[in-house]
Amino acid sequence: MKISTATPLTAIDRHWQRFTLSQKLSRYAVYLVLVLALVLSIQTVEVIPEFFYDAPEQMADMFTRMWPIDFAYYPVSVHDAMLETLNIATLGTLLTLIFAIPLALMNASNVVASPWCHWIARFFLVSSRSVNSLVWALLFVAIFGPSVIAGVLAIAFRSVGFVGKLLGEAIEEINMGPIEALTATGASWAAILLKGYWPQILPAFFSIVLFRWDINVRESAVLGLVGAGGIGVVLSDSMNLFEWQRVAMALLAIFVVVILAEILVVNIRKRLL
Amino acid sequence: MAGVDSGTSAARPNPFARNWFVTGIWLLLAGYLVYSVNALGLSWERISTGMGFAGNLLDKMFPPNFSRWELLLGGLIESLEIAVIASFFGILVSLFLGLFAARNMMSGWVSSPVRALIALCRTFHPVIIAILFVKSVGFGALAGILTLVVASIGFIAKLFAEAIEEISLKQVEAIRATGASFVSVVLFAVMPQVFSRFLGFATYQLDSNLRNSTMVGIVGAGGLGGTLFSAFQRFDYDFVAAILIVIIALIMFGEFLSNLVRRIFK
Repeated sequence: MKISTATPLTAIDRHWQRFTLSQKLSRYAVYLVLVLALVLSIQTVEVIPEFFYDAPEQMADMFTRMWPIDFAYYPVSVHDAMLETLNIATLGTLLTLIFAIPLALMNASNVVASPWCHWIARFFLVSSRSVNSLVWALLFVAIFGPSVIAGVLAIAFRSVGFVGKLLGEAIEEINMGPIEALTATGASWAAILLKGYWPQILPAFFSIVLFRWDINVRESAVLGLVGAGGIGVVLSDSMNLFEWQRVAMALLAIFVVVILAEILVVNIRKRLL
Repeated sequence: MAGVDSGTSAARPNPFARNWFVTGIWLLLAGYLVYSVNALGLSWERISTGMGFAGNLLDKMFPPNFSRWELLLGGLIESLEIAVIASFFGILVSLFLGLFAARNMMSGWVSSPVRALIALCRTFHPVIIAILFVKSVGFGALAGILTLVVASIGFIAKLFAEAIEEISLKQVEAIRATGASFVSVVLFAVMPQVFSRFLGFATYQLDSNLRNSTMVGIVGAGGLGGTLFSAFQRFDYDFVAAILIVIIALIMFGEFLSNLVRRIFK
């Protein structure tokens, strides 16, 4: 039997393509828009070229002014300010939990079914993340005056979005079996939350909180620039007085603390997960 | 067959046993809370007087005042320009640095210093880097661009190096066996494996640069942040509210765009 009577193979388009035409077009559109945006930006941005050519020289000048580092300044004011910064970061992270846990529960579709709740929670989470911590700090400095409390609240409000979102995702990923079992025993909702959900998200919870604390240590170091307490105040004061050797001391202190915080958090998270 | 309930509950461990380690952590936290509230001098009166001012501030912020929209638009465009240019150069530099930092592609004496450089870029908050650049290249967009390039390197070069370290070495070996040069190995064995992940990092970084470009202006590095800060200093709180609304809208738009791009390249 011969099968040559069937339609010849040449009629079928044998050319293999990885993407469909519309996929290709949309990809090229993205590239085109990106290139256009870049070209337009470079053409219109106000950059004085002389400043750019001058930059290496100016930077070298700045670093020579910073040397030698003024270590004697550390006990005078850097030490206390650094402790204040760490306290702001930690207290802010703890304060965040008060807002973030209810929002995370509202955002998790396996805890609350109502879409209205999801929308409300998502609105708060997104607006918390959209406003930068420095802008939050500016707002709270306007309310409370230049003080530590403005820094704590700025850190807390900024972290709500991050912690709430990740915690909500962690809650959605849990195994629903224990929840069902608890519901079947007639447990109250508080008992279900505490004995069903909580033990399952415990490692994720600590890991998220530690991660955010690490970020908050970095962020609280700069809040002082707008008057919200901590090492940033020392930094901006020394800078305004052109005390570059003290600036270098403050920068070194920030560097060391940030590195130590990161090492600590990485090691603890490795054990948790 | 017999005793379903022969081994009474005494033999069975309590499924809801107290986790003493976690309890200890909570106790420690409670102790810390008391200490830090004392150390920072926080008190309830301070907060309650502040609350009065908060009402005052919200009163002044509302309704938002868009009458100086030209100033607002100028700052917005500058922020966008800073974000786009900084993302382009940051990603470009990160491509090479990420490759040099990958320990499976480079020997230790190349990758270690590059890794140290990336870590250094990541340690400092963008605002601190911005201050240093403002001092060295003057006020304006250039300082903002340089800041965000450094911030992008710190984040994206690290992720890129990690992505390269996770690739399968079989393709690399196969391409190398054909006698290909190093550049060909990178182009035909490494890049195809990491390109899609790299696109993901790049869109994330564009998004994050957009956020940061509205902030570096607070220390004088150009963009909408500068407009915001001067409005704050002149107590123009209704203009502040307008700027904040624009920033939030911009960031939501950026998130929408990066989701779109991610969907196209999925």
